[in-house]
Amino acid sequence: MSHILTLTTFAPTIGALAILLLRFAAGKGGEEAAGKGALWVALATTLATFALSVVMIADFDTRLTGFQFVEDQPWFSVVHYAMGVDGISAPFVLLTTFLMPICILASWSSIKTRLVEYLIAFLMLETLMIGVFTALDLVLFYVFFEFGLIPMFLIIGVWGGKNRVYAAYKFFLYTLLGSVLMLAAILAMTTIAGTTSIPALMQTHFAPLAQTLFFLAFFASFAVKMPMWPVHTWLPDAHVEAPTAGSVILAGVLLKMGGYGFLRFSLPMFPQASVTFTPLIFALSAIAIVYTSLVAFRQTDMKKLIAYSSVAHMGFVTMGIFAGTLQGAQGAVFQMLSHGVISGALFLCVGVIYDRMHTREIAFYGGLADLMPWYAATFLLFTMGNVGLPGTSGFVGEILTMTGVYGSPSSAGTWTAFVSASGVILSAVYALSLYRRVMFGTVTNPKLVGILDLDVREVAIFTPLVVSALVLGVQPHLIFNFTDASVAHLVTTWRAAVGG
Amino acid sequence: MGLDGLIPIATPEIILAASALGLLVLGAFAGKLGRSLVSWGSIAALCLAAYAAATGPEGAAFSGALIADGASAFAKVVIYLATAVAVYLGERWLARVGNPSFEYPVLIVLAALGMGMMASAGDLISLYIGIELQSLALYVLCAFRRDDARASEAGLKYFVLGALSSGLLLYGASLIYGFSGSTHFAEIGRATTGAAGTGVVFGLVFLICGLAFKVSAAPFHMWTPDVYEGSPTPVTALLAAAPKIAAMVLFARVLTQAFPHAISQWSQVITAIALISVTVGALGGLVQKNLKRLLAYSSIANIGYALLGLASGSQTGLQAMLMFMTLYVIDVTGFFACLLALSRNGKPMETLSSLSGLVRERPALAVAITILSLSVLGLPPLSGFWAKFYVFKAAVSTHGLEGAAVYGLVMSVAAAFYYLRVIKTMWFDAPEGATDAPPFDARLIAVGAAAFSFPLVMPALSVLDALAATAAKAFGLA
Repeated sequence: MSHILTLTTFAPTIGALAILLLRFAAGKGGEEAAGKGALWVALATTLATFALSVVMIADFDTRLTGFQFVEDQPWFSVVHYAMGVDGISAPFVLLTTFLMPICILASWSSIKTRLVEYLIAFLMLETLMIGVFTALDLVLFYVFFEFGLIPMFLIIGVWGGKNRVYAAYKFFLYTLLGSVLMLAAILAMTTIAGTTSIPALMQTHFAPLAQTLFFLAFFASFAVKMPMWPVHTWLPDAHVEAPTAGSVILAGVLLKMGGYGFLRFSLPMFPQASVTFTPLIFALSAIAIVYTSLVAFRQTDMKKLIAYSSVAHMGFVTMGIFAGTLQGAQGAVFQMLSHGVISGALFLCVGVIYDRMHTREIAFYGGLADLMPWYAATFLLFTMGNVGLPGTSGFVGEILTMTGVYGSPSSAGTWTAFVSASGVILSAVYALSLYRRVMFGTVTNPKLVGILDLDVREVAIFTPLVVSALVLGVQPHLIFNFTDASVAHLVTTWRAAVGG
Repeated sequence: MGLDGLIPIATPEIILAASALGLLVLGAFAGKLGRSLVSWGSIAALCLAAYAAATGPEGAAFSGALIADGASAFAKVVIYLATAVAVYLGERWLARVGNPSFEYPVLIVLAALGMGMMASAGDLISLYIGIELQSLALYVLCAFRRDDARASEAGLKYFVLGALSSGLLLYGASLIYGFSGSTHFAEIGRATTGAAGTGVVFGLVFLICGLAFKVSAAPFHMWTPDVYEGSPTPVTALLAAAPKIAAMVLFARVLTQAFPHAISQWSQVITAIALISVTVGALGGLVQKNLKRLLAYSSIANIGYALLGLASGSQTGLQAMLMFMTLYVIDVTGFFACLLALSRNGKPMETLSSLSGLVRERPALAVAITILSLSVLGLPPLSGFWAKFYVFKAAVSTHGLEGAAVYGLVMSVAAAFYYLRVIKTMWFDAPEGATDAPPFDARLIAVGAAAFSFPLVMPALSVLDALAATAAKAFGLA
């Protein structure tokens, strides 16, 4: 039995323990010194974790539809410690481990207080995020899924902005309320099926009423996490208050847990119920795409604008997932991965000027293109990716989800595709206007004179993101090679189950 | 049955009664050393009694009035160990406040004797003796600081309301005896087959009310916040832990043994009490500023969850209840140990705002409080989550309790708010100032409980699961 997944999942925990030891070794008053060392330990740990996940991906057999690298140990009662990845979860593990070193680098000088605790929280969070994507036991999944709230609550609350306490509470309570309903469903499913194994539960057929209730309970949790309109209101607050790296992880990985949950649980376990609720999800997605795009346009805070744009982009994901077509599901997975890179990069872009000027007000800036040419070019690339310009990874996901939804067996598909296509235009409106207001024009604010362009550390942060946004835009099959077999299997079994 | 047969069954009780009396004499003659000698003697006696309970034979003594079975053994081990911890915390606390009274540990041993009897009671009379022995010792302990007005108030309040509840309980017991013709649980069970008569149901309701008072379930919870706040912290630590599990096991035993044919009737009552407790505990805690009052509301809510396990009236439900109480007892003892460890300029830090920025000042204790709060909140993978996991699993698998389970889960989100406020105060707010060096004993128990809550509980789960399952079999339900 290979232990690569356990190793990948818990490598960050080992790093966190090492940092804790380092802090103890430094003794009282050694906080500063321990912080410097801890940064290097954290960077090394996240890079090692990334390397481990690359090893895992290199060994991954893309032809198989089932789970690979499976580990299974009885834990207690019917619960097992079971891990495994398939073509849907493996890319998300890679996305997580890919973004983490970038987050550590982004925190290098911007986090000034309680650095040791900050890094421990981040490394714990990485373990939990990887665990969510690798768990093959429902209870184990829930543990990873819920435990992630704690480090994120602390990251927002301790290292966040002015209104951090409100945002941290809102984040925690919103997500918790969604999750306890899911817990009730998990317990009921365990009782009915007598097992908590995810592969076994995928084979279990639940009665129609049970399916409906379970679907709604899981929906409550994942819809909040995604987040879908109208339960998205925690996200802008959390994003605005979180430190830059927190926003990157929130947008890059935590939101994806919702979409992953729909793909992993809602579709295969409650197929009939998901057909019933497809029109509802289509409607919510279409509203999210149009409405939150319009809201984004009105924002004066850069982070808030990008947060609303995330909600809009997640609308494409939800409608793609429930389209019931291969293109839809493929597009949804791709869109999630691409959005993880692009929105993460956009938050980092905001972080660059926030670190220099300590404000995110759009009106404060203007004319930066003259002062920071490299920064302007980077920002432009990710803005275009956000808009969905062909050639960037943002395009692939959007076009696929829209085609998928258009071809959906559900009668609501055509209209949803039509409405959501307008979202592409709206995203250009808000993203380009943000870019224009920040970058173009003449420098009117005297405080901006003398602002420095990207430094070496920031170049190191952006390079991998730029490369992946472009490469995935031109060569999307790099991802599809991994996801093809599993997603096709998912869609065909789902269609067989619903008789379509 | 001769005395030979009685002794093995009643060994834990005999050990405790004999040592309580012996230690009392020892304390009276030992002079200045008295308190520590008696305390350590009490701890030894409690550990010995726990060992005797764990290894002793099963059976019944005194015509079935005292039962030793899996459930009583499980409960007694937890009770005796929890009280031993309370003796330890109390002994160090008395040393710090310079109180030489050696009666303190002796009273705790007597309370433990009463609690053990509650867990073993097979008869309405031994039920009452157990409860009264336990309660009387606890009334005195609450008012142990005679010079403190709040402590005296707490003791008096507890006593008056406790006497009232004992009255209710006795009235219920007399009705049950009158209508069934026996005080023995199994006999009552046999006499009330078929539809239970009005008289018995009437008595049952009074009995439930009296017991609900003892476990501080709403709407019989009014005394809890005041008594928790007024009593000395080590006494509150005792009060919040062991007596609860004793009363819950007694609750389970009297309902399942004496009224096995009326499950649907008492299950409704218990469910109602459980849901009211969960609501009162969750909402009442939101406005509390004193940490001990906050924990009082938290305990009301948690007793509600434990009662939900009992309400399911099945073996898995009782297993869930036993696991819940065990894990909760560890959490709550650790929590009070944290409070005991914290003081500023010699004054205990009992208000929420006094914890401001504690993580900068006392990182280990702040992390312990964080872990314990999150555990009581029920966040995975901390021990409190597994406690709730079992209870809710039992509830959703019981027909008719699914809605109650969902309601309980939603209420736990409301309660999450006040646990989060504790964490927020410690982590997000600005430090309040230097605190006194925490005493070793309280720190040890606090950190130990937190370490059990996370991560030690995870490997311990399979053991605890098996032990509680064996214990729950003793109730003889499906």
